[in-house]
Amino acid sequence: MPFGQLFVEGLAIGACYGLFATAVVIIYKTSAVVNFAQGEMAMFSTFVAFHILNFYGYPFWAAFLITMLFSVFMGVLIEFLFLRPAKHPTILGMIVITLGAEMFLMGLASWKWGAEQQFFALPINPSVTYEPIKGMIVNNWSISVLAVTSFIMLFLFLFFKYTRLGTAMRATQQNKNAAKIMGIRTERVFSFAWGFSSLIGAVAGMFFASRATLDPAFMMEPFLRTFAAAVLGGLMSIPGVIIGGGLMGLIENYFGYVWPEWKPIIAFVVIVLVLCVRPSGLFAKHYIKKV
Amino acid sequence: MDMKRDYYEDVQLFKSGVVLFWTSALLILLFTIPLYAPNYYIYLLNIIMVHVILAVGLNILAGSTGQISLGHAGFFAIGAYGTAMLMSSFQVPFFLAIVIAAFVAAFFGFILGLPALRLEGPYLAIASLGFGLTIMHIIGAMKVFGGRMGMKTPPLDLGIAQLGFSLPVTNDMQKYYLILVITVVMIVGAVNILKTRVGRSFVAIRDSDIAAEVIGVNLTIYKTLAFAVSAFYAGIAGGLFGFILGFFDPFTFNMILSIMFLVMVVVGGLGTVSGSIMGATLITYLQYDFFKNIAEVPYFGKFMLYISDKWFTTVGLENFSSMAIGLIMIGIIIFEPLGMFGVWIRFKKYWMTWPF
Repeated sequence: MPFGQLFVEGLAIGACYGLFATAVVIIYKTSAVVNFAQGEMAMFSTFVAFHILNFYGYPFWAAFLITMLFSVFMGVLIEFLFLRPAKHPTILGMIVITLGAEMFLMGLASWKWGAEQQFFALPINPSVTYEPIKGMIVNNWSISVLAVTSFIMLFLFLFFKYTRLGTAMRATQQNKNAAKIMGIRTERVFSFAWGFSSLIGAVAGMFFASRATLDPAFMMEPFLRTFAAAVLGGLMSIPGVIIGGGLMGLIENYFGYVWPEWKPIIAFVVIVLVLCVRPSGLFAKHYIKKV
Repeated sequence: MDMKRDYYEDVQLFKSGVVLFWTSALLILLFTIPLYAPNYYIYLLNIIMVHVILAVGLNILAGSTGQISLGHAGFFAIGAYGTAMLMSSFQVPFFLAIVIAAFVAAFFGFILGLPALRLEGPYLAIASLGFGLTIMHIIGAMKVFGGRMGMKTPPLDLGIAQLGFSLPVTNDMQKYYLILVITVVMIVGAVNILKTRVGRSFVAIRDSDIAAEVIGVNLTIYKTLAFAVSAFYAGIAGGLFGFILGFFDPFTFNMILSIMFLVMVVVGGLGTVSGSIMGATLITYLQYDFFKNIAEVPYFGKFMLYISDKWFTTVGLENFSSMAIGLIMIGIIIFEPLGMFGVWIRFKKYWMTWPF
């Protein structure tokens, strides 16, 4: 396959990783929790969309809207039921809670929909292709991923910069106690962050599902790659994460073209190497802890 | 209550006659169980003990040193594959093979410990998670290890074939005694490690690594040592686990297994040996026996089947195990962050000071 084609596809899948990584970063930025359940939250939302489409026969856009509402509700509920009651949890405690949420959602989805692979289609035809530059074939899937990602990025940029809630979220991230003193209801901010991130995750989950198949474990691999992308970008800055996602997609595509057998592990080799050189990722400031 | 007045009291193995008595009683019970328990429970106990070895090892790392590892299935796999390979391809005697495999695992633990010197918290969790998955993929991709088809363990023989001395171990009961002896040795080893200079350095690193460095604990040596010791335990456990299963493939050692190991340690209680024994026993029992046969539990099983029929799928009921363990993980952090050991401490304190 030529250079250009790999570049376009790497960029498209990288944008998808970046989109999903944004969901991880929004939670990490506001509440310093690494959400290991993100993949399964997206998986569950995608299954809800699948259920509405196939069992109730709603048109796609209605199903999409209901799923978005559901995913926001689920994110808020998980934060409210699982994370809020924990008093002063350690980092390990937080990780265990999100891993527990992951196993819970995975078990629930397998119980409800079974483990067999389902087919999930977006209303875009991936076989429609364009060739803007010779040797670079772009399909509809890539175009819609890039469009949706850039739209959400623009929205997030404006949201964090100009709205009250966005400013409150940034304040909460910088110093939770100071934000509380300034009159910000930090717990409500956490709820918003989880709902928001669950929504973005659901969008990314639908893209991933339409590219592969839908089963309760389908988000496992993309989630881990996404995590690699997020860590590459530093887990803190949204532009950094998008660049990280793009890099991840490109590295994976070129590497996978040369050594297809080792494609699944390249993500982790990259993470470990990057973390060895820069312990907080490429685009984040590394703070030395005060004693 | 638990006041220590001199150094000897701190390092002794049994704190009092009561502890000695109950420990001996437990050991006698364990050594006589095969006489009256059905064979299926012996198999279950074998798996429980292997998980106990691993949980004790992981607790040295996660509980006592404070380093998060989501990659212990990788060390487990190295132990299982290493032991089986050494025995079938090079005819190495069992005890030598399992120790060599465990040292290989410890070496990989040392390697994972190197990036851990600079990473902390979530970043370390990701790096170790990646390590575990990388090991799984490498084993799956290489023909030497049987690839995705998996591997059959050679017949277990405790003797040394080169000296013409043979002591075959064939059924679950004989394996039970072998694993029990190794488990007791490993647990005593862990208790003793935590009471030496090394163990105290681990705890100092957990409480504050900068303060530990200031008072003269060499972080490079002790952090990598914690990873190596923990991986050594995982290697021993993996070697034994291979022989219990008889056949394993790379997907036996997946990410869920690493999560389960961490759950055992957290549910049992971080930083205590007895906690990890309790946690490993409880979680393994729930996962391999109770939740697996949830439909046969009186009343509740009927109810679950009814719910499955009405709203879910009946074939998917086995996934209830994953849901319930997820809820246990969340519940333990919310309600009892010290785990089962914390419950035990509270229970003990209540009865020791009873009327007050």
